[in-house]
Amino acid sequence: MNILDKLKSIDRRIIFVLIALTVILPILHPIGLPVRVSEPVRKLYEAIEALPPGSRVLISLDYDPATFPEVYPMNLAVVRHCFAKDLKVVAMALWPMGPSLGEMAFDVAAKEYNKEYGKDYVNLGYKIGGIVVIAQVAKALREAFPLDQLGTPIDSLPIMDGVTGFKDFKFIVDFSAGDPGIPYWVMIASSRYHMPLGAGCTAVSAPNFYPYLAAGQLVGLLGGMKGAAEYEKLVKASGLATSGMDAQSIAHAVIVFFIVFGNVIYFMTRRRRP
Amino acid sequence: MEVLGIWIAALLTLCILSFLYKDNPFYKFAEHLFVGISAGYWLSRYYRNIFIPNLWIPLFKEGHLLYIIPLVLGIMMLMRLLPKIAWISRWPLALIVGTTSGYFLVTYLQTNGLEQVRASLIPLNSFSNVVLVAGVLTGLVYFFFSKAHKGAFGGVAKVGIYFLMIAFGASFGYTVMARISLLFGRMYFLLHDWLHIVK
Repeated sequence: MNILDKLKSIDRRIIFVLIALTVILPILHPIGLPVRVSEPVRKLYEAIEALPPGSRVLISLDYDPATFPEVYPMNLAVVRHCFAKDLKVVAMALWPMGPSLGEMAFDVAAKEYNKEYGKDYVNLGYKIGGIVVIAQVAKALREAFPLDQLGTPIDSLPIMDGVTGFKDFKFIVDFSAGDPGIPYWVMIASSRYHMPLGAGCTAVSAPNFYPYLAAGQLVGLLGGMKGAAEYEKLVKASGLATSGMDAQSIAHAVIVFFIVFGNVIYFMTRRRRP
Repeated sequence: MEVLGIWIAALLTLCILSFLYKDNPFYKFAEHLFVGISAGYWLSRYYRNIFIPNLWIPLFKEGHLLYIIPLVLGIMMLMRLLPKIAWISRWPLALIVGTTSGYFLVTYLQTNGLEQVRASLIPLNSFSNVVLVAGVLTGLVYFFFSKAHKGAFGGVAKVGIYFLMIAFGASFGYTVMARISLLFGRMYFLLHDWLHIVK
């Protein structure tokens, strides 16, 4: 067995170790590689930036702990942005774990901007039903969510005064890790009610949603940890996503190297065949 | 209590990651634990979030007799568990399929069909617009199977394949990014929350 054959049959665990090192070392010794803000992220930022103070923003927390490193940072960054602009944030969830994760983001941002629960933000909790819940929230939010996540009647919360549906919100943002998520929000909020809609999603699903962006059905889109890091840069609040960009970039470079290397070895061994 | 939670999460993370070396009892333990806890969690969620607020309270506490219909349909659905009368479950299932199809048809067609066609009808006054229109047309030609992919038609279809390959490549790139993000999340948790090596 010559060197080419040995390289072709390299133990995959060696590659696992190398990838692990490319992720761990930048965490221990950050490099601070630059983050360039892309157009879809900038558009979402500008849409929220343009809202007048006191406007209500509806956020849907449609993700779970499995996608925490990707979606939570963008959730936190957008909530920070809303609070910095004195916007009122109403959160709901189509995923059962969403409200707890959203609560974490609220806790962090509310302390930073001195915001009060029930007056400046509210977490309505989880409701099963996917697209049906969105359609109900559009017309009769109080029927879908008569109580907040803590069991408090929303009638007693100042932030919910006079809120009956989509018409009482200036902007909607969906943080989605799958189904139910962005497609349903586009179908109801954007296509049917013509609401300005932004979204943040996992990197795996991001390519599926670029057509919505091109068609104007989404105002802006944050794709994966990279999108979250770009938004953190715009709101000038570095967080988990920004610290992950070094590891992300180096790991990508190593993977590209392995793909090229593997193909070179493959073609070299193929050429040797009789 | 929080420290205990972090330790449990960290040890279970290591159990799952140990599969990368090879299948082992630690991995199997974590996997089975996850499946069991998930099943219990979902059962309690469905009970509290669906059965109680959507059926029990309206029917038995508020007296809305119309809710007898979903109760009966729900019981009919459970007949799947009894092989001899499992056919009864087809009726509520048919209702679900029918209403869902009806509900989705127009909205889905509008959002993912008509709106996308409208967004593709753009002036060819820039390179990106030309690429977009060419990608749409050649991609559609590739998926037209009523004519053999030969000659000029085959050539256009081949260009469509190239566009599809680029799309798959971009999708793969995003997938890699997602997986590395998740690995980063776990490693950051281990180094920051558990071991406190990273500040």
